[in-house]
Amino acid sequence: MRAAVLGDAAAYHRLLAAIAPVLRATAQQGLARAGQPIDQCEDIVQEILLAVHLKRHTWDTGAPFGPWLFAIARNKLIDALRRRGRRIFVDIDEFADVLPSEPARETLPATEIASHLESLPFRQRDVLQAIAIDSMSIKETATRLQMTEGAVRVALHRGLARLASRLRG
Amino acid sequence: MTMRTDDLIRTLSTDSQQLDRSVGVVLLWAVILVSPISLLIFFGTLGLRENFVGSLGNPFFDLKFPVTLSVAVAAVSIGLILTRPGRRLGGRVWLMGIPLALVGTGIVADFMVPQKTTWMARLVGSSSRACVIAIPVLGLPLLVASIVALRHGASTRPALTGAFAGMFSAGLAAALYATHCLDDSPLFVATWYTLAIALMTAIGALAGQRFLKI
Repeated sequence: MRAAVLGDAAAYHRLLAAIAPVLRATAQQGLARAGQPIDQCEDIVQEILLAVHLKRHTWDTGAPFGPWLFAIARNKLIDALRRRGRRIFVDIDEFADVLPSEPARETLPATEIASHLESLPFRQRDVLQAIAIDSMSIKETATRLQMTEGAVRVALHRGLARLASRLRG
Repeated sequence: MTMRTDDLIRTLSTDSQQLDRSVGVVLLWAVILVSPISLLIFFGTLGLRENFVGSLGNPFFDLKFPVTLSVAVAAVSIGLILTRPGRRLGGRVWLMGIPLALVGTGIVADFMVPQKTTWMARLVGSSSRACVIAIPVLGLPLLVASIVALRHGASTRPALTGAFAGMFSAGLAAALYATHCLDDSPLFVATWYTLAIALMTAIGALAGQRFLKI
């Protein structure tokens, strides 16, 4: 995690890929407990991942990673459940049961983030479209959109931040 | 339109070079940037009290600064911890005891030294209304800057974080206002400064609830 936060892209990718199944199980359990269909769980997983990404500088590199991750996950989960129409309180202890269980499968594909893409300023939308949907690299995106790589990076980061604020509602 | 989580993860890793600055640094700059606004309002309307320099050294006058500034320091220290998910407040809560102890000691001293007026007259003072209005007005630009800066953090308790941002801004504003205010009795400070700071704390909590969600 330390390497991941300090800018090692490969380590960071491994980290996010490793926590996604845990977040998925957590989200499914939260939805089930709230009596809501678990097929929207991937939207919640993506919202948590986006928050983890944008707020990773608030993790104190000397502190354990788990409590930080679960504080964010719990916060976003409660938020998401509330927005879906019911007040619900999730006990932090519940995460303990989730950890050792089988990795959960992706259910329905997530639509929320993608649906907000359209509403972004066009530069940010084009960059996110190229990188997230068309799987292009920064360099390829820069060539396609006739931008500098630096400008692509900035647009990407701003686009992600804006998506997160749209998701907050 | 849909997005696979694997695609999102790949996108986020592509953005792994972009890391926000620490919240404390952002907050420091934000406060430095807007403090001229508070200073302009202060010198444009109130200004230093007469014989400001001569008042320095009067223990009851001087005490107003450690009291108000320790409120600001304690509040910002607790507020910044609250922007780090999963961190416990721990011993920092006791920092709030510093201003309380200072003002408590001041009140005891106020009763022990000979006074020309009754304790009630010292508590009511001569400028309570100005105090309760000026501190929030001077603090408001600082509160706005603090909330903007704290948005870089991740608060799982947004209202509480906002409350401490309000208290921080009010503590700084109160220290500034203290250079104008002619009421030096700790009884006055404990009543009216506290009321003004409480007001700002409440405004901060509302702002936090609205603007500090992760």
